[in-house]
Amino acid sequence: MQPKLSATVMKERVMTALAGVSDPEIPTISIVDLGMVEDVRVHEAPTRVEVDLVPTFLGCPALAMISQRAMTAIRTQLGLSSDQVRVVFSTRSAWDTTRIHPQGRDRLKAFGMAPPPKVSASEFVAGQTSVACPFCGSEDTKLENIFGPTACRAMFYCRRCRNPFEAIKPV
Amino acid sequence: MTIEGPNHVKPEYRIPLTEVLWQLADDDLVIAFRASEWLGLAPHIEADVAFASIAQDEMGHATMYFELLEALGEGSRDDLAHLRPSAERRNAVLLEIPNGSGSYLHEPHFDWAFTVCRHYLYDVFEALRLEALTQSSYLPLRQVAQKAIREEVYHLAHQELWLRQLAEHSKLTRARLVDGLSQAMSWAGDLTWAAPWQAAFEEFSLVPGYRALQQRWRDAIDRKFREWGLPLLKAEMPLNGRDGRHTRHLDDVLSTLSEVYRLDPTAKW
Ligand SMILES: [Zn+2]
Repeated sequence: MQPKLSATVMKERVMTALAGVSDPEIPTISIVDLGMVEDVRVHEAPTRVEVDLVPTFLGCPALAMISQRAMTAIRTQLGLSSDQVRVVFSTRSAWDTTRIHPQGRDRLKAFGMAPPPKVSASEFVAGQTSVACPFCGSEDTKLENIFGPTACRAMFYCRRCRNPFEAIKPV
Repeated sequence: MTIEGPNHVKPEYRIPLTEVLWQLADDDLVIAFRASEWLGLAPHIEADVAFASIAQDEMGHATMYFELLEALGEGSRDDLAHLRPSAERRNAVLLEIPNGSGSYLHEPHFDWAFTVCRHYLYDVFEALRLEALTQSSYLPLRQVAQKAIREEVYHLAHQELWLRQLAEHSKLTRARLVDGLSQAMSWAGDLTWAAPWQAAFEEFSLVPGYRALQQRWRDAIDRKFREWGLPLLKAEMPLNGRDGRHTRHLDDVLSTLSEVYRLDPTAKW
C-alpha cells in the first residue's frame, strides 16, 4: 500500500513518468521534449489520472505505442491500476513542430537529426531556409527529398562533411 | 456558426455533415490505397519513400474522418472503412482508377505519368477543400482540417516537382506526361463537381465556398499547366462517384483492402 499523495506531488510524478517515455523511433527524445503532452489532470479522491496527448502526424503508426507506453509508465511509477489512468489523444489542439522544447531540439541534434527549421512548410519546400548539418554544423546543406524514412522527416545532404542526414520537417 | 460536437447536431444539419464526411473519408481511403501500391515499384527510390509517407498520411486522414462518423453514430470506423458496398462510396472515380495494367502482385505495368497527374489533380483539390474546411461550422472537422492541411503542403510540392521534371526533361517524358494527363482528365469531372443538393454544404457553412472550389481548382491547375506548357483539357465525368456510381475497379480495391477484415474482424498485426 503506497502512502496517499497530494495532487501536486502526483502531477509531478506523472510528468516525471512521461519524461521517461521515448519516441519509439528516436529513443533519445521523450514525448515531453516533443511537446506532445497537452494536459495532465489529477483527482485525489478517488485517485485518478487523465492525460491528454496531441498526435504529431495523424497517420503516425507510433501513436498507439506511445499512448501504451505512457499508460504503463504512469501505472508502474505511481502504483495505480489500469482503470485509474486514462491516456487519450486529443485533436482539440493541433501539434506543430514549434511545440518541441529547446531541450528536445538539442536531443534531436545529439541523435544526428536536424531539428525542424523555424519556417512554414511552404517556405521549407521552396528551399527558403538553411538547415544546419547535425554532424558538423555547416549550413552548406541541400534538401534532397522532402520525404524521408518516416512521414515527419526529410532528407538532406551536407556538402561540407558529405554526410546525408535527416531533418524533422516543419508542420 | 459553430457546432461543438455530435451532441449539438440537429437532423437537418446531420445529413449534409455526414455527406461531407463520407466524401472526405472515401477520397482519402482510396487514394491512400493507390499510393501504397507503388511501394517497391516506384521508378526512383525517393519517389518510393515519398509514396510510403503519402499513403500513410492519407490513410491517417481517412481514419480521422471515419472516427468523426463513428462519433455521429454511423457505425464503427473499421466497419465503415471495410464493409460498405461500392454503391455507398462517395470517393471521386478518378481516385479508384488503377495505376496501370496488371496488379500489384501480378505483372504490375504501372503508369507513372498517370499516377503523378492523378495525385497532382487530387492534391490541388484537397488543399483547397481543406483550406475551406478550416472555417467549417463543425468544430471537430475544423480541427482535423487544421492539422491535415499542413501535411498536404508536402504532398502537393512533391507532385509539382515530378510534373515539372517530366514536362521539361525530354520529348519522351513530355509525351508520356501528356498521355497520363489526358487519361486523368478523362475521369476528373466528379472530383470537383458540386451537386445541387450540396448547396447545403454552404448553407450550413460545412464547407464554406464549396461551389466555388471547382473554378478555383481549374484556375490553379491551368496556371501551372500553362507554366509547364501542358494542354488545358476538359475534366470529363463519365461516372459520378459523389453519387455512388463507380467503376468495377473500386470493387477490386475494396476486396483487396478488406480481405483480412472480412475473414476475421478481430485480426491484429
Ligand atoms: Zn556536415
